[in-house]
Amino acid sequence: MSLPFALLAGLILGGALAAVTCRARVHAGLFLALSLVGLALVFLRLDAEFIGFVQILVYVGAVAVLIVFAILLTRGAENPWERLGNSPGFGILLAVAVFSLLAWALTSASFPKASETAAALTVRGVGDRLMREYVLPLQAIGLLLTAALIGAAVIALPAPTNPTNPPTDPESQ
Amino acid sequence: MIGSGILHGLAVTAKNFAGSFTDPARLVTVGYPEERLPPKENARQFPFLVFDGEDSEAGLRCVACQICEKECPPQCIFIIKSKAKKPDHLGKPQFYPATFDIDFSVCMSCQICVEVCPFDAIKMDQEFELATADRFDGLLRHKDRLARPNSYFQKLHPTDAGAIDTLRAAEAEKARIAAAAKAAATASESTKPPAAPGPVS
Amino acid sequence: MDALDAIFVTLKHLVVGWFPALLQPWISALISIGAILAIFPLLFGLTTVLERKALARIQNRPGPNRVGPAGFLQFVADGIKSLTKEDIVPRAADRVVHFLAPLVVVIPPLLAFAVLPVGRNMVALDLRETGLLFFLMVGTAVELGVFMAGWSSHNKYSLLGAMRALAQLLSYELPLLLSTVPVVMLTGSLSLVGIVEKQSVVHGGFLMGWNLFTPWGAAGAVLFFIAAIAEANRSPFDLPEAESEIVAGYFTEYSGFKFALFFLGEYLGLFAVSGLGITLFLGGWLPPFSFLAWIPSWLWFFGKLAGLMVVFIWLRGTLPRLRMDQLMRFAWQFLLPMALVNLLVAGLWHFTSPWPVALRWLLGGAVLAAPYLMFNRAFERRHPQRTYRYVS
Repeated sequence: MSLPFALLAGLILGGALAAVTCRARVHAGLFLALSLVGLALVFLRLDAEFIGFVQILVYVGAVAVLIVFAILLTRGAENPWERLGNSPGFGILLAVAVFSLLAWALTSASFPKASETAAALTVRGVGDRLMREYVLPLQAIGLLLTAALIGAAVIALPAPTNPTNPPTDPESQ
Repeated sequence: MIGSGILHGLAVTAKNFAGSFTDPARLVTVGYPEERLPPKENARQFPFLVFDGEDSEAGLRCVACQICEKECPPQCIFIIKSKAKKPDHLGKPQFYPATFDIDFSVCMSCQICVEVCPFDAIKMDQEFELATADRFDGLLRHKDRLARPNSYFQKLHPTDAGAIDTLRAAEAEKARIAAAAKAAATASESTKPPAAPGPVS
Repeated sequence: MDALDAIFVTLKHLVVGWFPALLQPWISALISIGAILAIFPLLFGLTTVLERKALARIQNRPGPNRVGPAGFLQFVADGIKSLTKEDIVPRAADRVVHFLAPLVVVIPPLLAFAVLPVGRNMVALDLRETGLLFFLMVGTAVELGVFMAGWSSHNKYSLLGAMRALAQLLSYELPLLLSTVPVVMLTGSLSLVGIVEKQSVVHGGFLMGWNLFTPWGAAGAVLFFIAAIAEANRSPFDLPEAESEIVAGYFTEYSGFKFALFFLGEYLGLFAVSGLGITLFLGGWLPPFSFLAWIPSWLWFFGKLAGLMVVFIWLRGTLPRLRMDQLMRFAWQFLLPMALVNLLVAGLWHFTSPWPVALRWLLGGAVLAAPYLMFNRAFERRHPQRTYRYVS
């Protein structure tokens, strides 16, 4: 447990804790982005450049912005969150349950030791594997994203105007 | 074609840019205060008093009739008439203003004083760089600073000054001829032999 | 001339050699950082003055001409003014986020300069695997800063400006990224140094192998630079921050030094993305013709950067602002399809490499021209040529 790793772990855990306990939703979103940046830094420490940069590119650049847009466009930024019940007991119980499940899964799994002569992960290697062994999951994800895009566009389209049937405007009701 | 209008526009701006170094029509800015546009003849700022000749006291055209003081809408002119008289350009003795003050901070440059003056004594100046730090005395002008020579008036308003000068010259000439004739008449009267007595019946 | 080319590298090695071996990596990094921090803000200052004077000349007026020779020290006066202005934070604003937003906008472009090769052997951070990815990553980090600025000001116009700016940034990110993909495809590596080196092939004895001199490179460069202008919030894509539209958009509530930081961040972002475009399409520090190789490489890079700045300023002085819907339509319905077609053209270029050059160009040009002409037809149907009738 070296000092840089301890600092990064503190950043990630602190950011995550702040994200779930912050009253203002936008602050919570920004703390989440901070926590994700910490995770990317951990990847960089492990010399996984590609995945570290992609983590920031996707999570901070897209997912955090998506969360922020969602908060803004659904008027959630004005009201602080309300609790589900008065005591934090239920939440703590849930968190402990999930943590113990994950801890058991991680400690009982056996990770192969990195051998001294293992080839470093190159971007070309990632691309090769994606296109050969993992091409089916890649195409499935592409299909899923396309479906999400089309669904979003369809939901956002204004209702077609009919001369005999004026469009009902939900906001005017 | 998408983009052809943009290329056209780029050519126009490039011509403007290049032309601004060579063609004066493409750089119309006058770099005040190093360069100035010459003022137009009818431009007006604040009044000044005209005097003929060299002496600003003796040649002052103003006869303190106080018409401008009465006609001035914001009443920014203050005149005190003199006790004595001095001769004007026709030789006739006239009063003159002992004090003639104009408050520039009140004056609204309406030119009414110029229009009503029967003696062409007050005209409009074109100086506007009058900024001062003292807003009371700095903008209250007295006769000494208000008086400007006729040559200055001719430089500012050549047409007006030219017309007025011709008129005054004609008047002066007429007065001189009348005075000469009168002098000749009085002279000849005094030297004429007494009239021959007519037949007395 | 090689000595002049390598002058900065030798200077750096000289200074680093004065220090003990333990400190040398740190000193080397510090020198690179210092050089970036010294050069690019100075370039920013000169660009602001040049822009004001060039725009002024286009508009038939002289521009700033009081401070310094022909007004070229105006940026010093502006800097002093920004630094000494009172820093006003609205009472209802979120102070911490309001303070951090300019930092999140300025720091990513400075990081991005680290991977740009500005000369032969002159790159601060040589990432062999993921250079381009690093650059694109810091590009997306700016978006969060824009949002933070708009939201923390507690001002509905700032928020609206921030939303518009975010929508614009996200929309133009896709054509930007997609137009860089052909370059990566045909170079086989994400390393920016490698991309420049790949373009150092000499064709026909004198023409350098810039990516611009290929059909996919020419189209890609046009798409990239249009998307780059939009990413930098620059006219004609400056609706989110235009004074006549929405006061100053997401940085309305910023004054003094923080405003100067936003301004700096915007221009640094422009330099960074122009530098990337130069590296990807215009051959980086390579000359266009091999007989001009005696001019130092760093001079070529900064010369191309200056040329691009001139073009951007020229565009700013020429084009009116795009409306929000026009902007979005342009990105999604023109740039994105053309970028996808460009991928196809790049693939065709690669697989027809035994063919003669003219035939490859013809094929690439035809595949690019077909959607372009179809867009033209659709555009003209939607906006027929206006006839003006004047009172005689």
